[in-house]
Amino acid sequence: MNREFWSAFASNRGAVIGLVFLVLIIIVAASAHLIYPVSPWSMGNPPFQPPLAGGPFLGTDTLGRDVAAGVVHGARVSLLIGLVSSLAALLIGVTLGAVAGYFGGWVDDAIMRFTELFQTIPNFVLAVVLVAIFTPSIGSLVAAIAIVSWPPLARLTRGEFLSLRSREFVLAAVTTGQSTPHIILREILPNSLSPIIVAASLTVATAILLESALSFLGLGDPNVMSWGYQIGAARTVIRQAWWMSFFPGIAILITVLAINLVGEGLNDALNPKLARKGRG
Amino acid sequence: MTSKHMRRAAHGSAGTGASATIGGLAALVLATGGAMADEPQHGGTLNVILDPEPPMLILGINQQAPTQKVAGKIYESLLRYDFDLEPMPSLAREWDISDDGMTYTFHLQEGVTWHDGEPFTAHDVVFTATEFLPETHPRAGSNFRHVESVEAPDDHTVVFELDTPYPAFILAFEVASFPIMPAHIYEGTDFNDNEMNDQPIGTGPFVFDSWSRGDVIRLARNDDYWQEGLPYLDGINFRMVPDAASRALALESGDLDMSSFNNIEPFDVPRLEELPHLEVITDGYEIAAPLAWIEINHRVEPLDDPRFRQAMLYALDREFIRDNIFMGLGRIPTGPINSVTVEYSDNVHIYEHDPERAVELMEEMGLEPDDDGNYAEVELLPLPYGETFTRLSEYISETLGDVGIDVTLRSTDSAGWADRVANWNYELTKNFVYQYGDPALGVSRTYVCDNIREGVLFSNTMGYCNERVDELFAAAATENDPDERAAMYEEVQQILVDELPVIWLLEMEFPTIVNTRVQNATTTAIGVADTFADTWIRE
Repeated sequence: MNREFWSAFASNRGAVIGLVFLVLIIIVAASAHLIYPVSPWSMGNPPFQPPLAGGPFLGTDTLGRDVAAGVVHGARVSLLIGLVSSLAALLIGVTLGAVAGYFGGWVDDAIMRFTELFQTIPNFVLAVVLVAIFTPSIGSLVAAIAIVSWPPLARLTRGEFLSLRSREFVLAAVTTGQSTPHIILREILPNSLSPIIVAASLTVATAILLESALSFLGLGDPNVMSWGYQIGAARTVIRQAWWMSFFPGIAILITVLAINLVGEGLNDALNPKLARKGRG
Repeated sequence: MTSKHMRRAAHGSAGTGASATIGGLAALVLATGGAMADEPQHGGTLNVILDPEPPMLILGINQQAPTQKVAGKIYESLLRYDFDLEPMPSLAREWDISDDGMTYTFHLQEGVTWHDGEPFTAHDVVFTATEFLPETHPRAGSNFRHVESVEAPDDHTVVFELDTPYPAFILAFEVASFPIMPAHIYEGTDFNDNEMNDQPIGTGPFVFDSWSRGDVIRLARNDDYWQEGLPYLDGINFRMVPDAASRALALESGDLDMSSFNNIEPFDVPRLEELPHLEVITDGYEIAAPLAWIEINHRVEPLDDPRFRQAMLYALDREFIRDNIFMGLGRIPTGPINSVTVEYSDNVHIYEHDPERAVELMEEMGLEPDDDGNYAEVELLPLPYGETFTRLSEYISETLGDVGIDVTLRSTDSAGWADRVANWNYELTKNFVYQYGDPALGVSRTYVCDNIREGVLFSNTMGYCNERVDELFAAAATENDPDERAAMYEEVQQILVDELPVIWLLEMEFPTIVNTRVQNATTTAIGVADTFADTWIRE
C-alpha cells in the first residue's frame, strides 16, 4: 500500500514540486524566530526602502518594518490558521456527514437542511460577519473560517457513507451485533477516508486564502503579522511601493498553489482508478 | 482696486444697496490681497468632492463637516475670520465691543434679501440667537452661556448683552456656530420638522438648486446677492464619491476640482502634490484646529501616575509619526492648545524623543521589568477611522513595546469605540478634537472636572481633575484684560504639560487639494466651508 501510494504520488510531477515547496515553507515557518529573531512589527529601519537597496533584503514598509521578516513570520500564522481551522472544519463536517449518511431518514433530512442553510450564505460574507461580531483575534478567525468551511466536507462524507452503508461488510458488521460507533468509526470511516483527505487538503488552501482576505480587510488579529495584513496595509501605497504588497502576495500564491498540487497528487495516489480514468 | 470696482459696475447685476457693501468689499480686498495679479473672471462651474453625503443642508440644525461645506455657501453669519482668527465683516458690516467686554453691538448690512425675496433684518438674528440655535445647536449652550439678552433696537442693529466679560464670544459668529436662519420660515414651527427643511433658504451667494441623492448637490449663482458683482461662479456641484481611491483619481484626472478635510488619505497627498495641475493648501482649518492625542483612562494603574504618562510621551517619536504616518501633514504640539488657536503659549516644558528617559521614569516609579522586560501592560483601543489611524496604533504599540510597555491592540468598530470611550471602558485610545478658535470654546471641555460625564463622548473621559486647572480655565474665560488672560492660559498650559492628562501627538493639518484653475479656494479660517463668493475659475 505504502509503496504503491508513493509511486502513484510521485508519478504526478506537479505534486512532488508542490510537496517540496510546502516542506520548505513549513521549515521557514517553524524557524521564523531563528531567521528573524526580532519581532516582524519592529520599526528599526528607514521606511519606504526598496528591495536590494542596501537595507533589508526585500525592503521595508511604510513604517520601516522589514518586509522579509513579515513574510517569514506571516507564514506561521497562515499555516497555523489554515491547518487548525481545516481540522476544526473536518471535525464538524465529518461528524455531521457521518451521522446523516449512516442513519438516513429524518436525521439525514434535518442535518442536510441545516448544512444547506450554511451553504446558501456566501462563505466570505459570513466569515466577515462572524469575525466582526467576535472581535478579531486568532481564535475568532479560526472559528469563523471553520464555520464557513465545513458544509462541503459534510456533504462529501454523507455521500460516502450513503454508498458504503448498504455494502456487505457493513451489513455483516450490523448482523454480528457490532455497536453503532464501532461500525461508523472502524468499518465505514476508514473506507471513505481517501476523498475526505483530498477535500481536506484543498480546504487548507481555501482557509489560508480566507484568512488573508480577512486580514486584508483589516479583520485580522491586530497583534499578529500575516500576509493578508501586509498586503492590506501596503495596498494604499501600491503605486509608490510595489514591493510591500508584492512579496507577501507571492508567498500566498506559492503556498496555496503548493497545497493544491499536493492535494491533486493525493487524489491520484488515493483514488488510482479515478486518476487513470481522468487521464484517459 | 479701481479696475475691480469698474468691472463690477459694468457687470451691474441687480445691485441692491451698493453703499452698504463697503465692509464686504474691504474684506474681499483683504482676502484676495494684492497677491492675485490676475483679474477675476466670471463664469464657470466648480466641481467639489463631498464625502460622506450630508444628512440635510439646514446648517442651523446640522453642523457636520459635509453639511458645512455645502450650506456654508447658502447661509451666512455675522462675521468671517481671517487665518489669524481676526474677525471680518459678513452680514455685520461693523461691530463694537464695549470697554467692559459685556456689550456686543452689530451693525448689519442693508439691502440683504433671503433667497425667497424676503428682506433680511435684525429680527432674523435675534430669532436665531434666542429661539432657533438654543434648541438645535449642540454648541449653542457653551457659545451663548453668558448671553443675558439679545435685542434689535432697529432693523439693522443687534445688541448682545452678556452677564460677564467673555472674550471668546467674538469667535462664536462663524457660520457653522451661528448661521442666521430665516425667521419668516421657522418662527412658530417645529424647527426639525419644518416642511421647508429640504429647501434651504439663506442669504449667501449661492442658492440651492437640486439634490440627487448619492450623486450630486447642485447650487446655482444667487443673482440678487448683496455683494454686488459676486459671486464669480455660475454654480457649484458637490459630487458624492464614497471611495477614497476614486476621489484621488478624480482629482488626478481633473474631473473634480477640490477635496478637503480627510477626503484624501494622507498617503495619497505627496503623490497628488507632485502633479502640476494640483495644489495642496493647508490653511483654512484654523477654526477647526484639530489636535490628535492618546487619550488615557486615569482610573487604571499605572496610567494614573503622571510619570508613566510622561514616559510614554518620551518613548514616542512624534516627528516619525508626522513624517511617516501623516506624510508630513501636521505640526508637533507643545501642549493642549493648538498653535493656531488663540492664547497658545510655547513657554512650557518641551518633551523631546528620549526613550532612555522613559525607562528612567518608570524605574523611578518603582516598576520592575518582568521576565520579558516589560514594566507594564496596557491595552490600546484603536480609533477606527481608516488606514492612517491603524498605522498609528501599530506604531504606538511597537514603540512603547521597545521601552518595556507591552501594548495589546483591541480592534473595534466605530460604534463600539464610541461606546467604550464614552463609558470609560478603555485604557488607551486615540482621539482628535476640534478647538473652534478659543480655548474657552474647544479646549477646556477636555480637562475640567465638571466635564467628567459618563456616557458623553469628547468630554473629560480620562477622569483627570485638578482644581487649579478648573479655576484657571474658568477665570480666563471671563477675563477681559488680555494680559491677565494670557498669563492664566500660560499657567494652565504649563500645568497640563507637566501632568499630561493626555499625550498630544499632532496638530493635524488637513489638505485642501485644488485644481490650479481654481483661484481663491480658501480665504478664511473655515476654508472650504466659507461662501466661495470670491472664488473664481481661470479658463
